[in-house]
Amino acid sequence: MTTDVRPLPPTLSTIVRAGAQAAETAPVKIDVRDLNFYYGQKRALDGISMAIHANRVTAFIGPSGCGKSTFLRTLNRMNDIIPGARVEGAVRIDDHDAYGSGVDVVSLRRQVGMVFQKSNPFPKSIFENVAYGLRINNLTRSKAEMAERVEESLRAAAIWDEVKDRLHESALALSGGQQQRLCIARALAIRPDILLMDEPASALDPIATQRIEELVYDLKKAYTIVIVTHNMQQAARVSDYTAFFWLGRLVEYGRTDRIFTAPAEKLTEDYVTGRCG
Amino acid sequence: MSLRRGERAIEVLLFLCALASVGTTAGIIAVLAVETFAFFGEVSIVEFLTGTEWTPLFATKHFGVLPLLLGTTVVSVIALVVAVPTGLLSAIYLSEYAPERVRRVVKPVLEILAGVPTVVYGYFALTFVTPLLQQWLPGLSGFNALSPGIVMGLMILPLVSSLSEDAMRAVPRGLREGAYALGATRMQTALQVVVPAAFSGITAAVILAASRAIGETMIVAIAAGQQPRFTANPFVPIETMTAYIVQVSLGDTPQGTLEYRTIFAVGMLLFLMTFALNLLSSWLRARFREEYN
Repeated sequence: MTTDVRPLPPTLSTIVRAGAQAAETAPVKIDVRDLNFYYGQKRALDGISMAIHANRVTAFIGPSGCGKSTFLRTLNRMNDIIPGARVEGAVRIDDHDAYGSGVDVVSLRRQVGMVFQKSNPFPKSIFENVAYGLRINNLTRSKAEMAERVEESLRAAAIWDEVKDRLHESALALSGGQQQRLCIARALAIRPDILLMDEPASALDPIATQRIEELVYDLKKAYTIVIVTHNMQQAARVSDYTAFFWLGRLVEYGRTDRIFTAPAEKLTEDYVTGRCG
Repeated sequence: MSLRRGERAIEVLLFLCALASVGTTAGIIAVLAVETFAFFGEVSIVEFLTGTEWTPLFATKHFGVLPLLLGTTVVSVIALVVAVPTGLLSAIYLSEYAPERVRRVVKPVLEILAGVPTVVYGYFALTFVTPLLQQWLPGLSGFNALSPGIVMGLMILPLVSSLSEDAMRAVPRGLREGAYALGATRMQTALQVVVPAAFSGITAAVILAASRAIGETMIVAIAAGQQPRFTANPFVPIETMTAYIVQVSLGDTPQGTLEYRTIFAVGMLLFLMTFALNLLSSWLRARFREEYN
């Protein structure tokens, strides 16, 4: 875990060059084909197809209401709990159909962790927040093992040093940035392969945002990360691939450096340069 | 200008309306306090609070309020034993499981139960539930604490479920999503995340229900009997504080006598108990609102 603070680069183009190391093609982790999504009669996603690569950070960008969060939530079937929601098409994770008839949603969500826009710690202690996923899934055999997993997760989320002396205090007493890192630790504790992050830093101040971004950068060694963001600089800083959504459609998807410097679509160019959206 | 004067008149009128209810409450408290003070001029407060015999209407008078207090407690506890688990489970169903269409029908129907006149509940307890229970419990008296306790539980059940459901629905959706995202089932989410998050609101609902049970009068006056007994046995006739007040108010006890004043002392005690519970309940609900706003 690095603790050095990377300076915020001044312009988009320098950021993109710095992030251009992702030249290879990693194996496909999530394969989406012709995905349509409906809230009741309203179609929110229209014919989305894309392959998300393992151990890479993929950013979803686009204006509010473009469907990027909805799409993110189809990947762990979080939309299932919304009445009237309906999905068509295929989502394959590690070549298994996520919407197949025999799929256990609970084990799918264990494999595909999620961090939300608004930090949502449970009204329990810091320790119990992280231990919760371990408890309900019976993932540890002893108290010592659980304490170990909790510490490991808090360390991975870069918050251990701040909370190690007050693990049994309420999580609600933490600052916004700490709460969000606690939620990341909570998601990591059950050892998913994929981490979905829905605008994880949008409610945070710049310093806390930077810490989350550093964390994302570190976590991709072990996880496939998909991050929704409103912030184009953030997408450019943290991601290897970027997908641009517009009105429920996937307009363009490719390596982040290319999307930001040489987009193929006029709409993408207008959006990333701030002329629309 | 005349419009402004009209506004002012309306304001004064509205203020007087508000004052009427506050004034009435103050008047009631004043009357209770004066009569209670007079009562304790003749009877020792220690005897009142610690005596186990209540016979103010007999030749040998004893003024120990404990039999009435115990009667009230036994009936209220039975009511809560019925209402709390059932009310909580139905709140969980309405808040976490029921489709919106079902919720929109079931919740008002449940609340209609609260609109049934309590005298109906009283006769329901006396003429239906007690005979029914006697088939299973041959030792049960015609008047007892069990039957009105159960029926009172049904009466306060909508209060528990409706207020608990409000508290549970006020829990942010994000908390549920956090639990689902970790692989929690609906039941785990409801019991381990939503209920603890709504705990102060649920507690407030239960306390309010308890306060309603303690103050409930008709059911116990009709079905529990008029025998102040220092017993926790729910199978025999007892008397609650409220039923005693009814008995004296309706009887031929002359005003201004010591016997007559007993009802103000008992009323004062009743008032203090429900007042304390209501305060506790509204304090808990206020705290609950703070947590999530």
